[in-house]
Amino acid sequence: MLRPAVQVSGIRKTYGRTVAVNDVSFDVRPGEIFGLIGPNGAGKTTTMECVEGLRTPDRGAISVLGLDPRRDAYSLQKRIGVQLQEAQLQKRIKVWEAVALWASLYQKPGNGDRLIEQLGLSDKRNAWFMTLSGGQKQRLFIALALINDPELVFLDELTTGLDPQARRAIWDLVRGIRQRGKTVLLTTHLMEEAERLCDRVAIIDHGRIVDVGTPAELVRRHCPEHTVVVETDDEAAAARFRDIPQVDSVTSEGFRVTIRGRGDDLVTQVIQRLAEHRMRVVDFRTEAPTLEDVFLRLTGHAIRE
Amino acid sequence: MLRGLWRLTWLEIKIFVREPLGVIGTIFIPVLIFVVLGRVIGPRARAGIPDAPRFLSADLAIFVSVLIAASAVLSLVAIVAIYREGGILKRLRATPLRPHTILAAQVMVKLLSTAVTLALMILAGRRYYPVDADVPIVSFTLALLLSTLSIVSIGFVIASVVPTARFAQPIGTLIIYPMMAFSGLFVPIESLPPTAQTIARMLPFTPAVSLLRGIWHGEGWYRHAGDAAALALMFVIFTAVSSKVFRWE
Repeated sequence: MLRPAVQVSGIRKTYGRTVAVNDVSFDVRPGEIFGLIGPNGAGKTTTMECVEGLRTPDRGAISVLGLDPRRDAYSLQKRIGVQLQEAQLQKRIKVWEAVALWASLYQKPGNGDRLIEQLGLSDKRNAWFMTLSGGQKQRLFIALALINDPELVFLDELTTGLDPQARRAIWDLVRGIRQRGKTVLLTTHLMEEAERLCDRVAIIDHGRIVDVGTPAELVRRHCPEHTVVVETDDEAAAARFRDIPQVDSVTSEGFRVTIRGRGDDLVTQVIQRLAEHRMRVVDFRTEAPTLEDVFLRLTGHAIRE
Repeated sequence: MLRGLWRLTWLEIKIFVREPLGVIGTIFIPVLIFVVLGRVIGPRARAGIPDAPRFLSADLAIFVSVLIAASAVLSLVAIVAIYREGGILKRLRATPLRPHTILAAQVMVKLLSTAVTLALMILAGRRYYPVDADVPIVSFTLALLLSTLSIVSIGFVIASVVPTARFAQPIGTLIIYPMMAFSGLFVPIESLPPTAQTIARMLPFTPAVSLLRGIWHGEGWYRHAGDAAALALMFVIFTAVSSKVFRWE
């Protein structure tokens, strides 16, 4: 197997008495989008900034592209691209000027004009930073993070504060980064973002990693239950579903019957019963648990409180 | 090691010019005051108030230079504080830019705006202020450059640590103005009590005032080698300290 792009083992970081990050370990594989997910204040940004070399952990070891992010900061900077949470630029710097400045800082910069175009900023080339919308600013920051054609890109809460449309556009851009063979390490407190974008995620809460895996794996591991909701006028429906072996509970409310159970087989079983008894079905839907549910289950609290 | 310096400097100049209030405040207001004062005092000076011509022809230049250098320090500190507070420094940190490149670019902008202000003052004030023709302009410019750099390097240290823009102004003022008061610009150092004299000689404005005054009056560099060396040394020390203590956020 390829060497991990990022290897974090047992890092700890405290600010005064607050333990921001406690014994965090994870690996990021080359070519994947890896997400650190958790609520605000969970330690995601601190972890990320340790990996970027912007902070020194009190304990533990980090290896990024085989280098030490603090000791080899200068040689690493050429190979990574960084987008920081809540960063700003000079109010009156123009889009193309920022891109050109960044390009001038690297020995082998990519094509700035092409990046501006790819990120949909062509008609904002000459606009001052202060006049850009939130989404445009984020796209500019992504452009700056990509200017040196990095092998590894860090994206910290990159869609926070954006409307759903801008968010989707940014997701496509991030998938584009992966398509070009880059590795992406991102943080987000949006479970939907993690689910749609990340190949693997680490759930982090109160400075600790709770679990790591693909979104689907985590859901299967921690929330194996499925819910099937059937609307039918068959009065015996609830009783008929109850004797499916995988079923945990059946509740009915008027015409609506909610069947909860576990295992991949549950839905098939429900459909079989419907067919066997020739029940008339007005509506049928399944509800699969999401990362949000996994988070709630693992941490005992919702991601947004 | 100063990768990006020229582009950053050029950018900062453009950004500076894009803010009309800043340009008016730093360049045009001082020139305007200078000219207005010239119109008011000029005629009286020519009418022969005993001390006026000497002040106008000599100390005024020193006075203006030091004031402008001091205001350059304050605005340097303010800009860096704004950059720190706004997360601009943080963003720059994740690039190959080094702190001294960021400071150096700001200093170049300040030097340039100082030069423009002084040039405008000389052009606009020529009619009102009698200046001796035999002032060694090249030497004085060099002395001014050295003094300004040294004074601005105090700003490096303050700018490196001051956390927010709101703090920047009062802290800068608290440090700069007392130094100026003891620099010999207003009161001759010799007339201060001995302890104050010793302190005054260790402050960066003192050799600056002494060097500028001496060069303006046509005294050679060799007589002010001590001042020049002190200024250069301070520049080196303050710059080194600032890159040690520089805070990105």
